[in-house]
Amino acid sequence: MAESDEAGAKPNRWHTPYLLLLPGLAALIFFFILPLFSIAKLSLKGGGLSNYPKVLTDNWDVIVRTFEFSGLATLGAILIGYPLAYFIAMRGGRYKNLLLAMVVLPFFVTYLVRTLAWKILLYDGGPAVSILHGLHLLPQDQALLGTDFAVVFALLYNFLPFMVLPIYVSLEKLDRRLLEAASDLYASPQRAFRKVTLRLSLPGIFAGTLLTFIPASGDFINAELLGSDKQVMIGNIIEKNFGKEFFRPELSALSFMLMGLILVGVLVYAKVLGTEDLA
Amino acid sequence: MAVPTTAAPAPRPIEARAMAEPAILGHGGPPPWLRRLGRISLTAVAVGALVYLFIPIVVVVVFSFNKPVGKYNYVWNQFSLEAWADPFKYPELRDSLIFSLKVAVLVTIISVVLGTLIAMAMVKYRFKAKGVVGTLLVLPLTMPEVVMGFSLLTWFVALSTSRGYVTIVIAQVMFSISYVATTVRARIRGFDWRLEEAALDLGAKPLRVFAKVTFPLILPGIVAAALLTFALSLDDFIITYLNSGIEQTFPIQIWTLKKSRIPPQINVFSTTILIVSILLAVIGVWLGFRRSKKLGQLNP
Repeated sequence: MAESDEAGAKPNRWHTPYLLLLPGLAALIFFFILPLFSIAKLSLKGGGLSNYPKVLTDNWDVIVRTFEFSGLATLGAILIGYPLAYFIAMRGGRYKNLLLAMVVLPFFVTYLVRTLAWKILLYDGGPAVSILHGLHLLPQDQALLGTDFAVVFALLYNFLPFMVLPIYVSLEKLDRRLLEAASDLYASPQRAFRKVTLRLSLPGIFAGTLLTFIPASGDFINAELLGSDKQVMIGNIIEKNFGKEFFRPELSALSFMLMGLILVGVLVYAKVLGTEDLA
Repeated sequence: MAVPTTAAPAPRPIEARAMAEPAILGHGGPPPWLRRLGRISLTAVAVGALVYLFIPIVVVVVFSFNKPVGKYNYVWNQFSLEAWADPFKYPELRDSLIFSLKVAVLVTIISVVLGTLIAMAMVKYRFKAKGVVGTLLVLPLTMPEVVMGFSLLTWFVALSTSRGYVTIVIAQVMFSISYVATTVRARIRGFDWRLEEAALDLGAKPLRVFAKVTFPLILPGIVAAALLTFALSLDDFIITYLNSGIEQTFPIQIWTLKKSRIPPQINVFSTTILIVSILLAVIGVWLGFRRSKKLGQLNP
C-alpha cells in the first residue's frame, strides 16, 4: 500500500501513533484475532487435521453450492451494477446524488424485512409467479420459492448496492481527459472503453466483488427464507447447529475452511486483476 | 509521435469536448444508430436496475396496509389501516426495537472513538507497523459474518461469558471499527495538519487546539462514520444473532417470530424507520448545503 502521500512526517514522539492505536487495536486483537485462534484450535479437536478432509467430503455438495450461488450472484451484480454505476457517473449530471441515494435506499429497510419482501413477491400465487405463468415462461406446476433461482436472485438483490458504489467511485475519479486523449489517438469508443474506462474501473469491480461475494458466501438468510432443503448453504449449517453443540469441531472446521477458501480466493483474484491496493 | 493536426476532423472547442459524452467521443466506430441503440439500452438497464432495487421497498410499504388472512402477511388480501392503528399489538416487537436502538447508540459511540483514533494515527503519523495495522483493519471486512460471529461465540464460550447486551455490543464494534477507520481516514486524508502547529505556535493550549482546529476538521468524517455505524448496527443480523444469547434485537425478533407469525406490524415499523431515515438524510443534505454555502460566503 502506498502511504507516502499521507503524513507530513512530524517531529513528534515516536510513541504518539501507537498510543492512538492502542485501544482500537487491543479490542481487535482480543475480540477478533484471538477468537480466530480459538476456532482454529477447536477445529482440530478430536481428529486433528483429519477433521478437515472429513468435513470437506461430508459437506461437499453444500460447499460447492455455496460458492456457486455467491459466484452467480456476484456475476449478476457486476452485469447489472456496472451499467448502473456507469450511467450515474457519466450521465447522472445534476441528479447524481439523488440517483446514488436511490441506490442506497434499500439499506434503510432491515435486511431481513427486505428479504421477506422477496418472499411476498415470489410467493406461490404471488405476482411474479402469476405473471410468469401467464406468459408461459414457467411451467404451471413450477413455483419460484424453494428454487436456486429465488435464492441467487435475492442474494444478488441484497448486495447489489455494494457492487454499484465502489464501481461508481472508481468511474467518478476517472480523468475524462484520458478518454479524449484516446479519441484523439483514433481509438474507437469501444476500444477507449475497454482500454481506459474498464481498465481504470477494475479496482472498483474488485472492491465490489469482495463486498458482494464475501457476505453472500456466508449468508444463510436468503437460503432459509426463500429456499428449501435443496438450497442449503454453509451458513445454514452453522446457523442450524451453533446453539446445540458449541464445541462440535466440525462446525469450527467448516467456518475456518470457509474463511481460508475466501482468503485464498481474494489473493488469487487480486493477482489476476493486478490490484494490490486492497484498502 | 506527432499528431497530424491538419488532417484531424474539425477540432471542437475544449469545453464542449470535455462535456461531451465519452461514448460518442472518438473516430470511426459504429454507425450513429448503433450508438443510439447503445445509449438507450444503457439507460434501460440502469432504470431497470433502479426499479429492481425499489420493488421490495414498495412491497414493504404497501403490505403495511394489508389485512392478511391467517398469521403470515405474505399474500395481499385487502386494504386496512389496522396495523397502523395498533402498531404495538405485539409488545415484543416494540421492545426489540428499543433494545436495538440501545445497542446501536453504544456501538456507535465506542466504534467512532476507537476508529477515529486509528484513522488519526494512520493519516497523521509515520510508523513502522502501519502496513500490519492496515492489514488488520481490512481483515474484518474480508470475512463472512458467519465466520466472525461463530469464532467470537466460541471465544465467549471458552471465556465462560454469558451472551447478552455486552457481547452483542462487542461483536458489533468489531466489524464497525474498520468501517469507521476507513471512512474517517478517507475523509481526513490530505488535510493541512500544520494548522495545529500554527495554533500551538500562537500560544493555544493543546486542548484548545483540539477543540478549535482538529475537531472541526475531522467532524464531517466522524458524522459520516457515525451514521454508517448506526445503520449497520440496526441492520446487523448474523453476527448479532450468534452472540445474542436470549436477548432480542429487532431483526432477531423477526427471525424468531417467523416460526409462528409475520404480522403487518413488522412492515409498519420498517416503513416508519424508512421514512425517518429519509427525513434525516434530507435534513443532513440540507444542513451540509447550508454549511458549504456559508463557507462559500466566507472565502469567495
